[in-house]
Formats: sequence, C-alpha cells, structure tokens
Amino acid sequence: MLAALRTPRGAVTALLLLLMAALPLLTQAFDQRYLLSVGTRIVIWSIAAASLNMILGYGGLVSFGHAAFFGIGGYAVGILSANGIQSGWIQWPLALGVAILWAALIGALSLRTRGVYFIMITLAFAQLVYYLSSGLEAYGGDDGLNISRSRFGGLVDLRDKASFYWLCLILLLATLWFSSRLVHSRFGYVLRGAKSNELRMTALGFPVFRYRLAAFVIAGAFGALSGILLANDGAYVSPAMMSWVKSGDLIVIVVLGGIGALFGPLYGAITFFAVEEFLKPLLDLLHRGWGEYWQIVFGPLLVIVALYAQGGIDSLLGRRHD
Amino acid sequence: MTEPLLSAQALVKRFGGLLATDNVSIDVMPGEIHALIGPNGAGKTTLVSQLTGNLRPDTGTIRFAGRDVTRLPLHARVRLGLARSFQITAVLRDFTALDNVALAVQAHRGHSFRFLADVRTDRSLRDPARRGLEAVGLGARADTLAATLSHGEQRQLEIAMALAGEPRLLLLDEPMAGMGPEESQRLVGLLRELKSRCGMLLIEHDMDAVFALADRITVLVYGRAVATGTPEEIRADAQVRQAYLGEGTA
Repeated sequence: MLAALRTPRGAVTALLLLLMAALPLLTQAFDQRYLLSVGTRIVIWSIAAASLNMILGYGGLVSFGHAAFFGIGGYAVGILSANGIQSGWIQWPLALGVAILWAALIGALSLRTRGVYFIMITLAFAQLVYYLSSGLEAYGGDDGLNISRSRFGGLVDLRDKASFYWLCLILLLATLWFSSRLVHSRFGYVLRGAKSNELRMTALGFPVFRYRLAAFVIAGAFGALSGILLANDGAYVSPAMMSWVKSGDLIVIVVLGGIGALFGPLYGAITFFAVEEFLKPLLDLLHRGWGEYWQIVFGPLLVIVALYAQGGIDSLLGRRHD
Repeated sequence: MTEPLLSAQALVKRFGGLLATDNVSIDVMPGEIHALIGPNGAGKTTLVSQLTGNLRPDTGTIRFAGRDVTRLPLHARVRLGLARSFQITAVLRDFTALDNVALAVQAHRGHSFRFLADVRTDRSLRDPARRGLEAVGLGARADTLAATLSHGEQRQLEIAMALAGEPRLLLLDEPMAGMGPEESQRLVGLLRELKSRCGMLLIEHDMDAVFALADRITVLVYGRAVATGTPEEIRADAQVRQAYLGEGTA
C-alpha cells in the first residue's frame, strides 16, 4: 500500500483523492462555492465513466448509449418524486431495479452483434429512451421536470451541497473499489479474455455471452446510480441528460483518461470539465464570443490523445502493472 | 482386451455432392499416439471436427470413454475429457503465459460469476497452471506476455492450455505447423513425455515427427481411410506409397 505511493501514479492519485476529500472545506475557505458544484459534477460523471469503463475498458464493448442510464436513473427518481414518493430508500433501489431490467433486455439483444453494429444498436436503444422521455407530457416532456431531492430521514440532507458532494465522493470510491476488484476477479478475467480472443474463450468452454450480459447489467446499474445523483444534484431531470452527445462525452472521458485504467475515468472527467470550464473564459478573453466554440480546440486535443497517447492520461503516469 | 478411449465407427459426412468422410472408422487406445496423415483436402480436419463435436456426422457413431457421444455438443465432450489444440495458434495475446493456462484451468472449475476474489492469489488456479507450464517446458516464461512468446512457445502454451482440463484424449491439429526444425524436435520430445498422461490423435504434415511419435498411423485419401497400421507397416504399404508418400519420402 505504502509502496504504491512511491510510484508517480500512486502519488498523484493519493494527492488527488486528498484534494477531492477536502474540496468542500477549500471552496468554503476561499469562498469559491461554484467550484464545489463543478467538483460534484466531475465526481458524478466519474461514476458514470467508471461504469462505462467496466464494459468498454475491460470487455471491449463500445456502448454508444450509456447516457440512457443517466436518464433511467434520473427519471425513475423524478417520476416517483412527482408522484409524492420522496424517500430515497424507495426511490434509489427502484431506479436501480429498472436500470437492471433495461440493461438485461437491451444487453440480451445488442450483445448478439459485434463491432460497429453493437455501437449502432446501443445508440438506437438510447435514442428510444430519449424520445420516450420527450414524450412524457405529464412529466414535462422536452422541458424536463423539476423535482425535490431524495430524502433519507435524518441520515443525510442532500440539499446541503457539502454533504451531497461527500456522498457522491463515497459512492465514487465504492464504484472504483468494486471496479478494481472486478478486473482481477474470475469474472473480470473472463471478460478481458473475451476481449482478447472471443473464439478461444468459447473453445475453452466459457459461455462468453452470459458473462458479457452480466457485465452489461452491472455497468448499467452503476450508470443509473450516477443518473440518480445527477437528478439530485440539479433537482431537475430532462431528456437532454440522455442525448447521444452525453453518451459520446462519456466515451471521450473514458478514452481521454485511459481505456481500462482504474482511475482513468476520474482523470478523464477532471480534464474534460476543467477544459470546458477554463477554455471557455480563456477563449472569451481572446475575443468575445469565441468561448462558444471551445470544442474546436478540444476536438483536435482529443485527436492528439487518440493518436499519440493511446493509454490516455493514465499512460502519462508510467506503465501499468496488470 | 482394453477398450479404446475413442472409437469412431463408419462415419460418413457429405457436403452437398462432396463425400468428405467416406465410411471412416478410427480408434485411439489409452496412452496411444495415433497419427492421421493424408494429402491436403483428404478430409482430415472434417474428420477431427466430427470427433470434437464441431460437426455432426451424417451416419456412424462416436464413442468416447465408454459413452456414445455422437450427439453430444462440443462443450459436453470437453467436459468428458476430450481436448483439442488448434491448427491456427490461438492464445490470449494480452495475457501472460501463466494467465492463459490459469484461465484454461478456471474454465474447468464451475461458473466464473465471482466478482471480488483476486485470481492472482488463487492457488487453486495458479498452482495447477504453473505445473502445466512446467510440464510443457515453459516454467521460466510464466510471466511473459503470450504475444511476445516465439511461435514455438505459443504452440507449447496452447498444449498446456489443452492439458489444463486434465483431458483423457488430446486432438492435436498440426501442432508442428510453422515451426523450425529445432522447435519441432523439442515438441516431439514433449509429446512423447505426455503420452503417459493421455491418448493423442495427431494430425501432422511433418513426416519425421509422425514416424518418430506414432504408435499407429491411419492414412486418409479422398475421405477414405486407405490404411491403418504401425509406422513400419505404413512405410511398406504399396498403396500408401503410391497414393501419398511419393518418391521423396519413401
């Protein structure tokens, strides 16, 4: 454990986690409340990216519809809340249950395809959920729905920004812990083996489809968890949270951070949002209105990462040992 | 008299008008290396695919370890102890040699829906995997990525993976393919050692290897088994010499 701190990766990660744990105190001390909301968003998106990393990174399954789970988690909370069910103890398990069912259904269908067909079919299913939510006139349709935050009795008040941030951080750490166990478990080895050579794994006697489906469902559940948190962060859900652009952003974050790297989703999310937050004002400073077009700069940056740093940001921290 | 480990009787397999397997009977005794030779297109791989369960014969029966397995699917035959190594090298290139064999062991240890325990410290997988690597002479290469092993070493690794399930019969589909003389000589030595552990059906083009290893040889020509016998009998068989061995080898 301590030896890990001496590697660049260990030291950077430890420092980062320390900083993240102290973020609410720091933003309060320097009176930068806005940064706490950016931090909260980074943490929630890291959970979503980590869940995508379980199937994309370990399984080699490029799902282009992962934002659907944002929406399913978010809307499950939103619809229950609109119907007077405020307790998080009821909302959260129900939201996860719905996401698991959905993941099992679309996983069973889309995992029969490979490569670009898998990308397209996961995208299609996500669009289906997107348009479905737009059509929910009773729940705001295209405009979305204001909700009240989940209640957990006296245990934790989600309206308190610092408490909510810490809750999200704890859930992120739990997600990363699970992810770190998964990758070296029997299950994780089957998943990674199938990514490496599916035919060989089948010939060894592994029913690869079943393991991939299970991975898809697990990733869907963690994805929905981030959706639940996102809904509680803004006290608002809308179809926009599951647009295909968000699915694309999630893939970008995973690739940027380092595909299959444990902390990659966190590095990726921090970079993604830092660039968005700071590039905009920077470009506006150069010329009023240029900030709108920050992605013109961000896009080529991504291409450079994809071409020259294939392990993403994680690879800048030295070789991985797994 | 001991019962054969594997016994195929009167197998027939047609692909449209092509008679790929024409009334072939073949058996393998426990601890025996039985070689299957024949020119390209003689139907060797078709025959082996029926034995492994990748293909189902039109007529005929296959018995393995005292059971009729003609209608059993591939994975069920694997579970009974029938393992196969591939004509094209198929190892998991992104994994170490040890991980490759450990995964093969894992495949025989029930389901893998275990999400938390670390396989790298799981001695019930690692110990047999390490022994398997040592048995094929790759003990020192355990932590090397499979992709960086030499071609010959990858074939050895593949045999270690096939042996991981402690099979009773090993079907070797051209294990010497693409090997240099030195590497194939080492593999011949290895297969001879493994003979005590399981019977083998060996498909091979390398005649030196076949005649060095085989207890019996069956010659397949145009889907028919034209001769079966000891290496000496096959070498002396006029029909075989004419049909297959040609001037160069005889």
